[in-house]
Amino acid sequence: MPSKETFEEHLRRQGVSRRSFLKFCALTASGLALPTGAAKVIADTLATVPRPTVIWLSSQECTGCSETVLRSFEPSVESLILSEISLDYHNTLMAPSGTAAEDARRQAIAAGGHVLVVDGSVTRRDDGAWSIIGGEATIDIVRESAMDAALIIAIGNCAAYGGLPNAAPNPSDAVGVDELIASGELATAAPLINVPGCPPIPEVITGVIVHFLAFGVPELDHLLRPTVYYGQTVHDSCTRLPYFDAQLFAESFDDEGARQGYCLLNLGCRGPLTFNACSTRRWNGGTSFPMHSGHGCLGCSEPGFWDRAGGFYTPPF
Amino acid sequence: MSTVVVDPVTRIEGHLRLEVETDASGFIQRASSVGTMLRGIEVIMRDRDPRDAWAITQRICGVCTSSHAITSVRAVEDALQYPIPENARIIRNLINGAQFVHDHVVHFYHLHALDWVDIVSALDADPAVTAELQRCISPQRTEDISIAYFADVQQRLKNFVESGQLGIFNNGYWGHPEYKLPPELNLLAFAHYLEALAWQRSVARLHAVFGGKNPHPNFAVGGSPSAISTFEGATRIDGEGLGLVADIIAEMRRFIDQVYVPDTLAIARFYKDWFTKGEGVGNFLTFGDFPLTSPGAPDRLIDGENLFIPRGVILNRDLSVVHPLDLDDPEQVRELVSHSWYDYGAGKDAALHPFDGETTPNYTGPQPPFNTLDVDGSYSWVKSPRWRGKAVEVGPLAHVLMLYATGHEATRDLVNSALSELKVPIDALYSTMGRTAARALESKLLADEMSGWYDQLRTNISNGDIRTHNNALFDPSTWPAQARGIGFLEAPRGALGHWVVIEDGKIANYQAVVPTTWNAGPRTTDAQGNEVSGPFEASLLGHQLFDPEQPIEILRTIHSFDPCMGCAVHLVDPDGEELLQVDVL
Repeated sequence: MPSKETFEEHLRRQGVSRRSFLKFCALTASGLALPTGAAKVIADTLATVPRPTVIWLSSQECTGCSETVLRSFEPSVESLILSEISLDYHNTLMAPSGTAAEDARRQAIAAGGHVLVVDGSVTRRDDGAWSIIGGEATIDIVRESAMDAALIIAIGNCAAYGGLPNAAPNPSDAVGVDELIASGELATAAPLINVPGCPPIPEVITGVIVHFLAFGVPELDHLLRPTVYYGQTVHDSCTRLPYFDAQLFAESFDDEGARQGYCLLNLGCRGPLTFNACSTRRWNGGTSFPMHSGHGCLGCSEPGFWDRAGGFYTPPF
Repeated sequence: MSTVVVDPVTRIEGHLRLEVETDASGFIQRASSVGTMLRGIEVIMRDRDPRDAWAITQRICGVCTSSHAITSVRAVEDALQYPIPENARIIRNLINGAQFVHDHVVHFYHLHALDWVDIVSALDADPAVTAELQRCISPQRTEDISIAYFADVQQRLKNFVESGQLGIFNNGYWGHPEYKLPPELNLLAFAHYLEALAWQRSVARLHAVFGGKNPHPNFAVGGSPSAISTFEGATRIDGEGLGLVADIIAEMRRFIDQVYVPDTLAIARFYKDWFTKGEGVGNFLTFGDFPLTSPGAPDRLIDGENLFIPRGVILNRDLSVVHPLDLDDPEQVRELVSHSWYDYGAGKDAALHPFDGETTPNYTGPQPPFNTLDVDGSYSWVKSPRWRGKAVEVGPLAHVLMLYATGHEATRDLVNSALSELKVPIDALYSTMGRTAARALESKLLADEMSGWYDQLRTNISNGDIRTHNNALFDPSTWPAQARGIGFLEAPRGALGHWVVIEDGKIANYQAVVPTTWNAGPRTTDAQGNEVSGPFEASLLGHQLFDPEQPIEILRTIHSFDPCMGCAVHLVDPDGEELLQVDVL
């Protein structure tokens, strides 16, 4: 996309009616939640225009963040990759390997203006030799790919805050993208959005991408998380909240209280301190979220959650 | 000799590099498999609460998202002699069963298919012929079989290609002469590539019912943390939630029977030459899994009795002998680092059982960026596990062979009928395509079993047994000062084991030996001084590369193993002093 052209102008130049553009905007704006049917509108709208280039770099990761994107219901991953974005580099899904794969990345970043997604933490140990792709240290590939990017999205707790590799004693000297920028190890003019979670909710990832395309960077909190998804704690909308209010707590995973849906605080639930959309958006097409299925929140959208005092089964307060 | 480097190997989990040496005719004479990423997860495990270990080890791999978690809770339960309720056993089997079926379909359509299917060629297909082909290979299928359906998929593909932005399909090896499928079958496979994306999203909900989310559902030491509702809506595991599980199992079985298995056999017919190459080492190992009864004292799960996939080792393709396997025996499962970027206190050639294992990372490769590695020295972050010194293959082919060798009737019938349909002998299984076919067949075996396990769970609940978790030993103050245990599991990619040592309620040592380590580890040297190659490296020997710039032959065979490098290069043994060495590296 040319940088001086607005998204609407761009769409209209491509022959998309104002009406459908507005419809798309309305849905994206309200949505953030992308209600049922929104995907089709977005697809209809974007299908006829050049799709924005997305480069997805996998650093020290477990592929859980890629898997989670595959679970997105609205928009679906097939709609996303065929109609809405041009996913030009993604190691887990792309057809070519080796040189042809790296060529695809270099071609895609040559023009600049791409969205760079980073998944996984970035290691600095042994000149970056603890994470190498195509003979290059990942940290250097991130640098090269970030240089002319329009946006960087750090997907998952590892890319955002260093995640599990960064947990004590951080054997690989791993950090998230934010810290690389703050320390001056990564130079870029592109804004950074953190989409933490282990993994993040898929519709939050796809929603952030669509929001950026339509309106630019969404409002972010002090941890660079979009407030629309990370503005509330998971406790605020938990199905077990009425029991918290009534001070009724499950004391073990299978006691009478657990079976009746009592609050899981005493089993270590971190919900009151964790900002995420699990209890509002829910997981896997609205199927459930951790507390509804009986286990407390691990706090996976918060920095340093792996090193929380007392482990996962100590009440947070 | 010339060296061909494939890095990154894409359409796998994680970071894998291959360096192969070819002769003048393009035949591979030597292959080196290189894991290129390390996080140090087991170093991070040290001194943590063993009840948290499932969550940490789960993040070794987000693809086999339940595999490490279940193995970990089993290891801790084994250490504490901690029995779990019958329903928890069944729920874990359902979760792992769903993991297999989900993973295998995603592997086939989204990771492996493009090695066989030329997407661009699908544009030349006649949708009417594709519809006819669909009816022919899967007569029981009733939806998404019309000419209009395939014409629509083709139009969608056409629009996509004409947009000039090929995204993930850019720079694919389209038009390579190794692609043998007719355009109509390519179109069918592309339609199912898209359908499988929708299907996998739907069936992953089974994990969300019991574990709250997928990827990375929740587990607990002592059972399953998913209390069954005493009234509708109290928890997700209520009548509706369990009904959803039943629907998902039916949806899995339908797709396996009507799409995945028929597609695999149809595609295999055009690539019969791939039933004679890519064998590997000819030795197969399983730790076994899917306990069919709940062990109680003095029986332990680790004893390996009553497992749906039996435990054992098959050597040199000899299906008449299944060698017994003991995970606790220091002479059997051992890891070597002869060509890995680690040191051992007893020297690079030592072989250590996981309870005695150690890890001291020592990167001796070139400073990146580099073009080639010194494959005569250390060249991988992956260690090399061996069984009694032998390299063994793990994964779907090992599972199917073990079931076949031990006389499992449904397996024998299914394998024999697939072989006879393809008109190939049983030796055809020892190959690239054999591995790919075994994956499809075991998906069917497991999806079918899941229905029975689900019925058992419903029966227990109807009979008033709704217990899912045993709280008796959850409090660490009830634990002995010292304990050690072994957890095992068959993951979709093969045998997985965790060895845990607990001291004063904390993790003193944690070791994991994982499927892709067995398959992808670098070569070692045996007691007689002979080179022992692992399955990846051995399987590539003799492959002829038509075009080194488009190494599709290498991808076919390596993808047939479904590599999971995140699993392979977690890092083991935070043993006391070594931790300091790790830190100063």
